[in-house]
Amino acid sequence: MQSPAEIVQHSGGVIGVSWLMIALPLLGAAILLLGGRRTNKWGHFLGVAMSLGAFVVAVLSFVELTGLDPDQRRRAFELFEFIPGMVNMGMLIDPLSISFALLITGVGSLIHIYSIGYMSHDRDRRRFFAYLNLFVAAMLLLVLSDNYVGLFIGWEGVGLASYLLIGFWQHKPSAATAAQKAFIVNRVGDFGLLIGIFTIWTTFGSLAFADLTQQVTGQASEGTLTAIGLLLLLGACGKSAQLPLQSWLLDAMEGPTPVSALIHAATMVTAGVYLVVRSGAFFEQAPTAQLVVTIVGVATLLAGAIIGCAKDDIKKGLAGSTMSQIGYMMLGAGLGPAGYAFAIGHLITHGFFKANMFLGAGSVMHAMNDEVDMRRYGALFPVMKVTAVTFIIGYLAIIGFPMLSGYYTKEGIIETAMEHNAILGWLAVLGAGLTGFYMSRMIFMTFFGKKRWADDAHPHESPAVMTWPLVILSIGSIGLGAFLILGNRFMNFLSPAVGLPQELPETHVFGFGPAALATLALVAAGAALAWFRYGAAEVPAVAPRGSFLTTFARRDLYGDALNEALLMRPGQWLTRIAVFFDNRGVDGLVNGLAAGIGGTSGRLRRVQNGYVRSYALSILFGAAAVVGALLYVGNM
Amino acid sequence: MPWLSILIAVPVLGAVGVALLPKGSDKLAKQLALVVSLVVLGLTVAMAVQFSPNGNRFQFEEKYSWIPSFGVHYGVAVDGIALVLIALSAILVPIVILASWHDAEGRPDATGLAPKRSAKTYFALLLVLEAMMIGVFAATDIFLFYVFFEAMLIPMYFMIGSYGGVQRSYAAVKFLLYSLFGGLLMLVAVIALYVVAEKNTFMFPELIGAIQDPTTQKWLFAGFFIAFAIKAPLWPFHTWLPDAAAQAPAGAAVLLVGVLDKVGTYGMLRFCLELFPEASKFFTPLVIVLSVVGIIYGAIVAIGQTDMKRLIAYTSISHFGFIALGVFAMTQNAQSGATLYMVNHGFSTGALFLVAGFLIYRRGSAQIADYGGVQSVAPLLAGAFLIAGLSGLSLPGLAPFVSEFMVLIGTYERYAVPAIIGATGVILAAIYILWMYKRTMNGPTAEPVKGFTDLNGREKWVVAPLIALIVAFGFFPKPLLDVINPAVDKTLTNAQVTDKQPVSTVAEKKGAGQ
Amino acid sequence: MTTHYLVLSALLFAIGGVGVLVRRNAIVVFMCVELMLNACNLAFVTFARQHGNLDGQLIAFFVMVVAAAEVVIGLAIIVMIFRTRRSASVDNANLLKY
Repeated sequence: MQSPAEIVQHSGGVIGVSWLMIALPLLGAAILLLGGRRTNKWGHFLGVAMSLGAFVVAVLSFVELTGLDPDQRRRAFELFEFIPGMVNMGMLIDPLSISFALLITGVGSLIHIYSIGYMSHDRDRRRFFAYLNLFVAAMLLLVLSDNYVGLFIGWEGVGLASYLLIGFWQHKPSAATAAQKAFIVNRVGDFGLLIGIFTIWTTFGSLAFADLTQQVTGQASEGTLTAIGLLLLLGACGKSAQLPLQSWLLDAMEGPTPVSALIHAATMVTAGVYLVVRSGAFFEQAPTAQLVVTIVGVATLLAGAIIGCAKDDIKKGLAGSTMSQIGYMMLGAGLGPAGYAFAIGHLITHGFFKANMFLGAGSVMHAMNDEVDMRRYGALFPVMKVTAVTFIIGYLAIIGFPMLSGYYTKEGIIETAMEHNAILGWLAVLGAGLTGFYMSRMIFMTFFGKKRWADDAHPHESPAVMTWPLVILSIGSIGLGAFLILGNRFMNFLSPAVGLPQELPETHVFGFGPAALATLALVAAGAALAWFRYGAAEVPAVAPRGSFLTTFARRDLYGDALNEALLMRPGQWLTRIAVFFDNRGVDGLVNGLAAGIGGTSGRLRRVQNGYVRSYALSILFGAAAVVGALLYVGNM
Repeated sequence: MPWLSILIAVPVLGAVGVALLPKGSDKLAKQLALVVSLVVLGLTVAMAVQFSPNGNRFQFEEKYSWIPSFGVHYGVAVDGIALVLIALSAILVPIVILASWHDAEGRPDATGLAPKRSAKTYFALLLVLEAMMIGVFAATDIFLFYVFFEAMLIPMYFMIGSYGGVQRSYAAVKFLLYSLFGGLLMLVAVIALYVVAEKNTFMFPELIGAIQDPTTQKWLFAGFFIAFAIKAPLWPFHTWLPDAAAQAPAGAAVLLVGVLDKVGTYGMLRFCLELFPEASKFFTPLVIVLSVVGIIYGAIVAIGQTDMKRLIAYTSISHFGFIALGVFAMTQNAQSGATLYMVNHGFSTGALFLVAGFLIYRRGSAQIADYGGVQSVAPLLAGAFLIAGLSGLSLPGLAPFVSEFMVLIGTYERYAVPAIIGATGVILAAIYILWMYKRTMNGPTAEPVKGFTDLNGREKWVVAPLIALIVAFGFFPKPLLDVINPAVDKTLTNAQVTDKQPVSTVAEKKGAGQ
Repeated sequence: MTTHYLVLSALLFAIGGVGVLVRRNAIVVFMCVELMLNACNLAFVTFARQHGNLDGQLIAFFVMVVAAAEVVIGLAIIVMIFRTRRSASVDNANLLKY
């Protein structure tokens, strides 16, 4: 067992200017948003340049970091004082954050390039690139910040970018609603994260990662640590679309496809995993919280897979698969130092192959007049070979085909989970089998079988600016897993940031453990089933009604129905009651008082009737009363 | 140099000048008013840079005897808290003048929303109001404070009553009666304070610690607090605000919610806590409950509103709950956060009201249902509305986040449960802002919206400084906090509370290292 | 001895009071007011006699002077009202109400 290294203060070098990674895309977003139509012509190039610039800084920082001794590889430096006496804004460049930075800027840049082609017909392409740049900046702030407040700012920043991009085609009510839903559901998670941060502050008096070492957190009671862990997990569930806050991700597919690839597959939705791993100092000393993390992970990986099995919309199918894969990462992150490297490794390889497939799906949609229903696809392989081949590589990677990226990282998670808790492990194996089924179904329905195209569809291969990113991503999907996992290369690299387990796992080019074989068998069975039902058999152009289970999966496991019944409708009633109460109750009381005074005076003034004789009478009574009173007082 | 007296005198003189202009010179009146307000802003900046945060608590002091037989003084001075609020007023007034350029001219299509009235008078009233706002924050004599506190109502009453929407007279009278009721309670308490303290003075610094008897403290606290709770407004004294803010012209609504209401929370922080520390502690649980109820209640009622300006007014009720919560949490972080919140809320709600005002000017209706798809025809307008709205839901990276974070974390240090309940406000805030945004800006463009023009040059100049401030203070709140923190420190000392220390091991380690 | 005078004074005052309350003609009301004033005068004079000093007599003169002034102004008002409204009824002059 090896603890993470101490964070040391850094100055100078490329790392000293690594804030440029955040500043460049931020500047790009600012120029594009403030520059207005003037920047329409070259806006997309600026966006790409800023993203590539950030990538270059990230690579150089990575090179500089690897030049240092392993125990010196956690470099932090302060930028400015944020809230005096509480928090200073600073950067933390360590193996964990730099891995993320490379993924975000690398995959991000490819997706930027792809978007030049994909969005070329959109009149708001400049704004799209502005938002993409904003996203990259916020995401980098999230992972590079050296404290929880900076992390939180980035966390909400990516939420904002996600909101803007899901609702990019805001004139469609469904897109606007999906964007709003994503933001609000995320806010529920943010609430947890916020309270978690409060608890950390009141317990330890610091929010900087450098101060919150395991020695420090170890001095708090386990109850406090568990509470912190669960609160942070709530935040992670929101951002990473884990149960019970998963419902927004499927709707988020309303956004343009590059957005789905970058934000809702490769990077932003994995922020929850980052948070759990980064907060290892709390989780590792709170086994209950860790157990909950693994349970949430397993539950989500199964739920996502089940949803993926029933979706006819290619993007929603991929979204279900994303949920499921993040469930694997969450499971890995809940296993402590033994699982971290696999979780983050799977996160990175998933970033490649899922972005690959999403962009591939985008390429298909581009060719099919934005049709997303796979029942209207079929036999696309011959007409778009590059897209098809790269998509299939991504597919093989995700189902864990031996030797490809996903095989090593997913297998690592499953094996580690198996050692930890057999039930969790076998459930993860089952999830892998389901992955084999729904991903094969997608491949067969899209690229093989018979043409079921709409009459006006004339599919064609996408331009080079869109296919080259696919090729590069598919290369990553092939080799990255083996590169990271074999010989525990990635685990050793990450160890200064997250520590090492007691004993390093053995890695094989091709493992023959029971779990590995069972996984392979189930995946093959799933793929075969998909072949019989969707490859060999005729696929009806209209979805058949299906059994109860199909409906259950199609309706996203009734997640939306549940939210509506439990939260939305009571909320609407509460709002109505509150408005009524405010108008009639609180304000009614005040207005009632005013009306009462007005009414009384209205009645009293009737006495002034203008008849002299009645005034005289009242004078007489008054005089008599005064005399009577005087007599009474005089007799006392 | 008597900075503060000059700051009060310049707008008054400007108002007289504007009012004396010959009939028909509306344009000149607007320009003159703008110039005067910019001069005030310049003077305020010049004063603020001379303020030394770590010097004496009260700076730029002036004190002249006014009514010697009662020991009433004309006493003005500022500490960090008052300074930032005066700066807020000085920044908002020129922006509001620019935004209200055509507010008094009526609308050709006669929707009854904006009657045609004398523009000259409107801008003169704005300048008078500015003088009163600066005076109320600068006053160190409690009697003088009371005078400004009440005098502020008069220009605002006319601005709502003469220049407001359809129900303007109802709203104006409601506003005036509510405020007068609170003001009279405060007057009783002010006189009682003078009598009981037996110091023959109304000067605030001399009255700190003058009242020792706990029962007396409680009664006097109640007198002051109810006045401030109405002004702020805290739940359940809030119902005048939605009416007043919805009926007032957008510019007046900004000053009403952005500055005038801050007098309430400022008064709690300054007078209630320091003059009556024992009573403050006694009433803290009650105030915290009211604040938390206000946060949640204001947000829920805001969700259900159909009128944009009323919705924004209810969000402010929710935000004032946060401010009062921070004031009475009695920790350094919470009170600094609350003070910062007062400033940030002024910018954020100001921006929201003004952009909503631009929308209403174009459409002639404040009903949310009358809009739809504005983003497609007027992207800048929609963008400004979105940023203002996001600052209203305290998005990190924008100024209100820092203050809300500090209030909540400071409250959590001492009162965890209210802080957690209050933090659910962040979820509700997302709902009311984004839902309003979606209904007005997104979706297919509604027929009447199609003719909308985007922001014109003047409107850009209104929105740009506010957004710049919101973003700048969102990432770099230190300049404000450096001014606020020492003042809050003194307030806490006078309120006889010690800051809550975290049960920290890190803090000890740091302390040992120093 | 003086009781009879006081009783007479009270009776006159009551008659005057009732007249003011029940009559509508302004002239009659006015005369009833005069009657009440004179009833008071009678009471004052009687008390002066009873107490053996001149205070009551003095007051009676004051009252007479005031009554004379009042008659002048009052009759003028009544005449003006009669001219404009063709009526001397007090009930018709009820515009000043609510």
